[in-house]
Amino acid sequence: MKSRDEIARALGDAGYIADGELAIAVALMQQLRRPLLLEGEAGVGKTEVAKALAAAHATELIRLQCYEGLDQSAALYEWNYQRQLLSIQAHRGPDADAVEDRIFSEKYLLERPLLAAIRRDTPPVLLIDEIDRADDEFEAFLLELLSDFQVSIPEFGTIKATSIPHVVLTSNGSRELSDALRRRCLYHYVDYPDVDREARIIMTRVGGVGASLALQMARMVEGIRKEELRKVPGVAETLDWAAALVGLAVKDLHDAPETVHETLMCLLKTQEDRRRVTREVSDRLLGKVA
Amino acid sequence: MSCCGAPPDLEDVDAVSRLVTGKLAAFLRTLRDSGFAVGLAEGQDAAALMAAGYAERPGLLRSALKHLLAARKSDWDRFDGIFDAFWLGTRVRSRSITTGAAKAANSPSLKNLPSQQAEPRADAAAAMDQVPSIDGEDIDRSGEGRMEGASRADNLAEVDFRKLADPEQIELAHQAAAQLARAMRTRLTRRDRARRRGYRLDLRRTIHGNISHGGVPISLVKRQRKPKPLRLVVLLDASGSMSMYTGVFLRFIHGVLDEFREAEAFLFHTRLAQVSDAMKERDAGRALDRLSILAQGAGGGTRIGESLQTFNRWHAARVIHSRTCVMIVSDGYETGDAALLGREMAALGRRCRRIVWLNPMMGWQGYSPEARGIKAALPHVDLYAPANTLASLTALEPYLARL
Repeated sequence: MKSRDEIARALGDAGYIADGELAIAVALMQQLRRPLLLEGEAGVGKTEVAKALAAAHATELIRLQCYEGLDQSAALYEWNYQRQLLSIQAHRGPDADAVEDRIFSEKYLLERPLLAAIRRDTPPVLLIDEIDRADDEFEAFLLELLSDFQVSIPEFGTIKATSIPHVVLTSNGSRELSDALRRRCLYHYVDYPDVDREARIIMTRVGGVGASLALQMARMVEGIRKEELRKVPGVAETLDWAAALVGLAVKDLHDAPETVHETLMCLLKTQEDRRRVTREVSDRLLGKVA
Repeated sequence: MSCCGAPPDLEDVDAVSRLVTGKLAAFLRTLRDSGFAVGLAEGQDAAALMAAGYAERPGLLRSALKHLLAARKSDWDRFDGIFDAFWLGTRVRSRSITTGAAKAANSPSLKNLPSQQAEPRADAAAAMDQVPSIDGEDIDRSGEGRMEGASRADNLAEVDFRKLADPEQIELAHQAAAQLARAMRTRLTRRDRARRRGYRLDLRRTIHGNISHGGVPISLVKRQRKPKPLRLVVLLDASGSMSMYTGVFLRFIHGVLDEFREAEAFLFHTRLAQVSDAMKERDAGRALDRLSILAQGAGGGTRIGESLQTFNRWHAARVIHSRTCVMIVSDGYETGDAALLGREMAALGRRCRRIVWLNPMMGWQGYSPEARGIKAALPHVDLYAPANTLASLTALEPYLARL
């Protein structure tokens, strides 16, 4: 995969309709060997990028979901304590050193996502999802891992990466990330797709939607996003809605304003938003959809 | 960047590449001046990209450099403009250099501003004082002389901040506020630590330590959960009607935030400004000077509702989590739409753990919450407290400790 167009096509084949800039970002990831930091509102398809990237590279996707309190034992490695205890009991002997050597060996090591990602033969895609949810300490640790690609385990020694994974980080901006991490990464801001791209996404992902219907749906969603909403619908919601309309055999939005209004629950996820988009509002929005 | 093979005339290529490198360096300098965090490694990578053929297509180069050099949304949005101005402006050379020079000339004077501002600030504050005393005159008078505690003793702790006229006294009050804030901060964190005792078993260390017992876990190693810091978000009303209190509150908030890692501060009058960076300046005087510049341009009323709307829309997701206390310091004189304020308060209340509203005027005897803004906001406020004296600030501590 070299040129931007090839990358865009490969991502497209994997079911992700990328804009031109994202394709450049992916090209740079390979050229500069830097991780890619994706920021954007919830539901714009940040995680999908990593999935499509893995499919395009025909490689494994290793995912680490971050959360408050995530620590090394959940992210990097853990010892298999049950087996260690069993082993100690089974091989009772005077030589404590031998026991220690045995129970802190490869056999008793449990790989967690980060360790797994650097020990594969073919470089996998490592998705570190919602890095902003993890603590500062974890972020600092991650930074070290991402620059050295080696891990030291006190009882075991240093493990060097056998292959450098393609790293994708995503953030919803729930916490400000450190400058160091930001600087280390390539940055790409993922915005809501424009109408044309969203229509193409609908056509790729939902079977049985024609070009004109997809465009109608995309325009309708764009209109809804411009309303003052508590929770703006993302691409995933659009796809749900499109699937719902297809399931209800809607061929043209103008023919079924009733159904359109009733299925808006796929897009509007709070009671307040639901009440705000009344039948009048949805009809008005529908009127604007050519 | 030194990846050229064996070109016919080495000197020429060197000259060209030196030119390009110099130009790139100037561009990186421009970016740094505009607040981009660009390090040496990024510069090298940028040079490598230019050498790798990106330089031939400006559109491609712009996008590539944007990914490499931008680090946040604000950088991302500004980058194209800066890039175009620098590289694509017609007859680029001269223009870009003048913008660079103008920036360089500007920034030191900006930096000097606060220190020059230090003296006139008192005047500015005084000037601001006069504005509200006209529109809020009757309220002022009704409060005068009937201050709770003011007659009891000439004790600084009980004196309403707006009664402090003498600069020495003001300085004393400021110091006391800062001291109080510091004391509160340590007590708050200590209490937190003592209360939350984690007792998860650390299996790894336990096993490691008990090998000599044949693996029977006799001496247990336990884990203490690290106390999670509470996060404080302060929204300070810097409008004219609050000007008698702004100074001392800034000092107090600066003291509380000083070493709180998890704290954000915002100022608002007719619009909202994030001032966390200025607040985290270690030197109180410098912080206040930076803030006083931000606080200026007040007047024309207070739009609390709109400011909150901005906050909810653009900042809340980032600065608020489930252990956040939002502290609003305002007199609640809303000149905008009170209904909007109510709605936004409700939205804010859903997001954070607790809302504390400090209203200095509440300490005045006979004050009842009649301002439209306060009425709309009160149903969503968890604690509504006066904060016009040092004593009333101290009284806040137990409440914050329970967070």
